[in-house]
Amino acid sequence: MAKTIAEINDKIRQGKAVVCTAEEIIPLVRQKGLKQTAATVDVVTTGTFAPMCSSGAYFNLGHTKPRIKMGGGRVTLNGIPAYAGFAAVDLYMGATALAEDDPRNKVYPGRFLYGGGHVIEDLVAGRDVRLTVNAYGTDCYPRRSLDAWVRLADMNEAVLFNMRNAYQNYNVAVNLGEKVLYTYMGVLKPRLGNANYCTAGQLSPLLNDPLYRTVGVGTRIFLGGGQGYVVAHGTQHNPGVPRTAGGVPRVPAGTLAVMGDLKQMQARWLRGASFTGYGVTLAVGLGLPIPILDEEILAAAAVSDEELVAPVVDYSQAYPNCQGETLGEVTVAQLKSGEITVAGKKVATAGLSSYTKAREIALILKEWIVSGSFLLTEPVAPLPGPASGYAVKPFQERPWTPSPETV
Amino acid sequence: MSSRRVVLNFPPHLIDQPITYHLIRDYDLKVNILRARITPNEWGQMVVDINGNGENLERGLAYLAETGVVVQPLDREVRWLEDRCIQCSACVAHCPTQALTVDRATMAVAFHRDRCIACELCLNVCAYQAMEMSF
Ligand code: SF4
Ligand code: SF4
Repeated sequence: MAKTIAEINDKIRQGKAVVCTAEEIIPLVRQKGLKQTAATVDVVTTGTFAPMCSSGAYFNLGHTKPRIKMGGGRVTLNGIPAYAGFAAVDLYMGATALAEDDPRNKVYPGRFLYGGGHVIEDLVAGRDVRLTVNAYGTDCYPRRSLDAWVRLADMNEAVLFNMRNAYQNYNVAVNLGEKVLYTYMGVLKPRLGNANYCTAGQLSPLLNDPLYRTVGVGTRIFLGGGQGYVVAHGTQHNPGVPRTAGGVPRVPAGTLAVMGDLKQMQARWLRGASFTGYGVTLAVGLGLPIPILDEEILAAAAVSDEELVAPVVDYSQAYPNCQGETLGEVTVAQLKSGEITVAGKKVATAGLSSYTKAREIALILKEWIVSGSFLLTEPVAPLPGPASGYAVKPFQERPWTPSPETV
Repeated sequence: MSSRRVVLNFPPHLIDQPITYHLIRDYDLKVNILRARITPNEWGQMVVDINGNGENLERGLAYLAETGVVVQPLDREVRWLEDRCIQCSACVAHCPTQALTVDRATMAVAFHRDRCIACELCLNVCAYQAMEMSF
């Protein structure tokens, strides 16, 4: 029995929609079967809460008296440089930005205690943040410097705009080398000391709609504790990868670009993170609702950790040198058991993505839909799918050489 | 019952003496060794949790001092700031004493203060500054 999004929205408005999380739907489908469950359940909610480096926020601060042109000048928020290559008072703060005087990895491994991700968390928490501006001054924007407190509530627009979130599947990181590695996948002990994974598995947004049948441009989502939108496929979107029989990618594949009003969001769902020896980033909470329009969509949303696989990658050689080799596949169920076997050795696993927070997000989104405060959206355009030919490319390095005249 | 968490420093000449044995047998104490570093001809170090009746505990500690073991309180403590913890479980594979564990059914992370030996390994691993050293 096929449904439409408009029909589901009518049920949501009447308070009659039946909503399950991507975890709750698994035993339900096992008990009642696809047909009966698809007839009763309207929406499956997903969630993920994990570090997502290609995140950031843009701000419009309002005009000072006299006016100042931040564009082309130097701007910092709590000492962290913001990108100001726009008009007078628009800024972008990226999650991984660091203060100019941060020691970085000079004393290895660096601690990276504060950066762009933390600025975003502080602003969302309602804290005052120190703004400094050095401008060059023009006839129309005469002011040259500014040192003042700013806060989210006083800004015009404050918008989270993340160019790549919600990676569909991700590597399991191990270290075959002889020394400790400090990576964006956490601290990796030598000689297969641990295996770090980053997925919400059966709760993960794009693993539950693996062929992008319902998610698309304009899809309303849970973002950072508020309501946001999918604006497009994210950077490095790579749908044409090998997939399981259920259509789920066996390696990292699709991604989402998302945005949402930062003023609605909560600091508990946008957390600055400090990865020793690597840098700072932002942990983002994101939840995608999946309208159950037919049995096929339900079958995909009922996927369980036992059916999801991730590639094991060595971060001492293969990853840094971009060699693309893997050490095999493991299931998410194995990863969550606390131990996997790699090259015949038992290796303890550790997560980077919070499964309990993912579950909480899926439950909040469910509650919003059940209570009628969150309506589903029709996608304005689809995301590039597996057959689209859309693919990620490596960097084509054409080394710069000076021209004869300049030598 | 009382318990005390202490660092025992053994001078080289005591390394081969059955001191822990005496502590257990003569003073009826439960000695839980949390961490030990013993090398012949060097000062050895052991972090222990000693449990027993209050009087026996005091007498046992006095015995240690008598034999020449230097007893120090374990003054460092690692705290888990639960509201900063995002429950990612990244720390769990690094903790040598299972003071940080995951309930595999719910994937909830928990901290067991009594098992923590303040080795600090989790401090660099937690990206959210949820593990904190306090003195
Ligand atoms: S300091 Fe951290 S790693 Fe060490 S025992 Fe305590 S909880 Fe475990
Ligand atoms: S690494 Fe930090 S945030 Fe993650 S579970 Fe451990 S204490 Fe919590």
